[in-house]
Amino acid sequence: MSGLELRGVSVTHPGRPPVVAVRDVSMTVESGEIVALVGPSGCGKSSLLGAIAGVVPCTGEVLWDGEDVATTPVHLRRFGLVFQDGALFPHRTVAGNVSFGLEMARVPRAERGARVAELLELVRLPAYGTRRINELSGGERQRVALARSLAPRPRLLLLDEPLSSLDAELREALAAELRDILLATGTTAIVVTHDRDEAAAMSSRILTMSTGAFGGPSSASRFRAPRGNPRGDPRSNPSL
Amino acid sequence: MNLPTAILPAPRTARWALLAVPLAFLAVVFVWPTATLLGRGLSGSGEAVLWSARTWRAVGTTVGLASAGTVLAVALGVPLAWALFRVTWRGQAAVRAVVSIPFVLPTVVVAVAFSALLRPSGLLGALGADHSLAAIVVALAFFNVSVVMRVVGGTWAGLDARSAIAARTLGASPRRAFLRVTLPSLTPAIAAAASLVFLFCASSFAIVLVLGGTRVNSVETELWIQVNQFLDLKAASTLALLQIAVVALALGAAEWARSRRDRVASGVVADGARPASRGDALGIAAALAGPALLIGLPVAGLVERSLRTGDGWGFDHYAALLRQPPRSVLPVPLWQAAVNSLQAATIAAAIAMAAGLALSYALARSRRGRWVGALAMLPLGVSSVIVGLGVLLTLARPLPGGLGVPSPVILIGVAQAVIAFPLVVRSLVPALTSIQPEIRASAAVLGASPWRLWRSVEWPLVRRPVGLALGLAFAVSLGEFGATSFLARPDHPTLPTAIFRYLGRPGLDNVGTAFAASVFLAAMTGAIMMMAERLRTGREGEI
Repeated sequence: MSGLELRGVSVTHPGRPPVVAVRDVSMTVESGEIVALVGPSGCGKSSLLGAIAGVVPCTGEVLWDGEDVATTPVHLRRFGLVFQDGALFPHRTVAGNVSFGLEMARVPRAERGARVAELLELVRLPAYGTRRINELSGGERQRVALARSLAPRPRLLLLDEPLSSLDAELREALAAELRDILLATGTTAIVVTHDRDEAAAMSSRILTMSTGAFGGPSSASRFRAPRGNPRGDPRSNPSL
Repeated sequence: MNLPTAILPAPRTARWALLAVPLAFLAVVFVWPTATLLGRGLSGSGEAVLWSARTWRAVGTTVGLASAGTVLAVALGVPLAWALFRVTWRGQAAVRAVVSIPFVLPTVVVAVAFSALLRPSGLLGALGADHSLAAIVVALAFFNVSVVMRVVGGTWAGLDARSAIAARTLGASPRRAFLRVTLPSLTPAIAAAASLVFLFCASSFAIVLVLGGTRVNSVETELWIQVNQFLDLKAASTLALLQIAVVALALGAAEWARSRRDRVASGVVADGARPASRGDALGIAAALAGPALLIGLPVAGLVERSLRTGDGWGFDHYAALLRQPPRSVLPVPLWQAAVNSLQAATIAAAIAMAAGLALSYALARSRRGRWVGALAMLPLGVSSVIVGLGVLLTLARPLPGGLGVPSPVILIGVAQAVIAFPLVVRSLVPALTSIQPEIRASAAVLGASPWRLWRSVEWPLVRRPVGLALGLAFAVSLGEFGATSFLARPDHPTLPTAIFRYLGRPGLDNVGTAFAASVFLAAMTGAIMMMAERLRTGREGEI
């Protein structure tokens, strides 16, 4: 098959006693598909994402296009990873962050500049190239993080709670935007979130995880318009 | 991710290799020498020394001096903390920097400065305070006022001002609001500062040695006399045991106070500092007056005496730094002693940085090596005198394999590295830990190989803290006196030991040269510290 396939992946965090974060997980993600992993915090979804990216040690098979990449070092896998708080490089500018992956791939300078400009356009931060990271708002940081991950054209993009550090209104807007960008670039992606509405807004398929394994049946949902979030919307709160 | 330590773990072999370097270093130059020294103190006929009146007088003097020095430092430091942290005014940062200078001065320079001020021919010679307990107490306070100011000031600036306001609206007068609300919130910080200062005071060898003369002896100076005048290593080993006991008590108290402060401070940290009002001016002036005299007078006294010649004023004493001194004073000129110091400090800084970087990396990446981290902090508690004597007993002899006896510069450098090592680790670990694992993981998934990850991301983020630690290690080694005084032979002095030697020789010129050399040493250390401190600012606010 083309895309990602996991066979019996387990993640155990060392310690006394060792903690089994992911237990014997198997799943597939087709090329071009956007899959959401939903579950309560601590259920192991972040660890699973880390295992796919190669930054968390795991056992089992991780296949891309049928080829096992479990022993491929992180930096050669060409899987992108977006963290909750962006994890931007504090010593580089916005453009410096976005071009990092291109520099690692030894893309010529002129080409790099064009690609950076293109991506900043895509995430709607066209004039931000020379800004420093500490001048950005939370939403801007996440857009830069997304642009940085997309720049080297990863085969698979992994997003770990990409919107949880943002406030409710921004989260809704950015969820739709994120989905549009992923669809426009044809990126295969796995989004980890604890918020079902957010998952529905962004993905074509939702997998539910509980304590280290897939729990309930995976419910399909075609791109629905994002519903209002009753917990986070201040207008629906009568006490305000 | 919820388990950041799980991201990109280093291979097991790499972790052990990182721990092996500092472990080997500590084992050879600290654990083995100290254990040998203490073993001698424990085995056999130490009782005579242990029960002599002379020994217990020294213990009493050590505890008494340290207590008095702590009380004076707290009495001057707490008002200073208010004036420089709780209220804000223009020029405050400069005053803070000036107040912090004494703490980074070499101990020998501080001792010599007070000696210059108080000896009969000095600015305050009329007080007759030379070689008195009072002089030592004041010198100890000089050193430690800035410690109290920083520890207490940090807490005070973070206190929520609304608590005191709430107390006022409940009917408390300003005085009662301070005594019943503000002071209790500060008590843990004051206790933490006091126990830290007590620790520093109880192991302040050079100050007691220089200012006490033959009249006042602490455990450390008694130990030094036993080694250098009576060649009685057994007595010295017993005294080393006593010194460690005193320091262990102080360390235990410091740790207890720190844990209490952390518990109290775990609440809300507010920005409680407010601009100074017209009414505060008097209070600020009063708080600054004492420390200004305490810091200004000895420095002025030292510079004045270094410029005073037999027939007026001039740079004669400074010129003497370049001349060959009389054989009875020192076999080499002072500039040679300065070169010796620079060589030893270079060796010390290199060793301390190599071992310190390895350990800091290991500690920042994994919790496994924490017991090595605790071991690394021990040289802070075991006084420098004991480090020096231990190295003298174990390493100053022919090496296996016919390599001969290590040269003095190596021995001095190694001992100074032990002293500087905990400081290096303390300043590097927070910097290395502050690089989030997610940032390293991001670089790796973007295609950075381990080497490029280090080169493009980690090194740019840590090079300033590394520079700061290197400068700190070098400056501390340059001014180190306690350990060095046991290892620097008369024909191979360092600048601090040469200054001590000059000061003890009769004659106005010799003493004047000691003062000039002290100013020179202070300037050298100060310049290095200032360069290192410049590296501190660049990263704040970015991470």
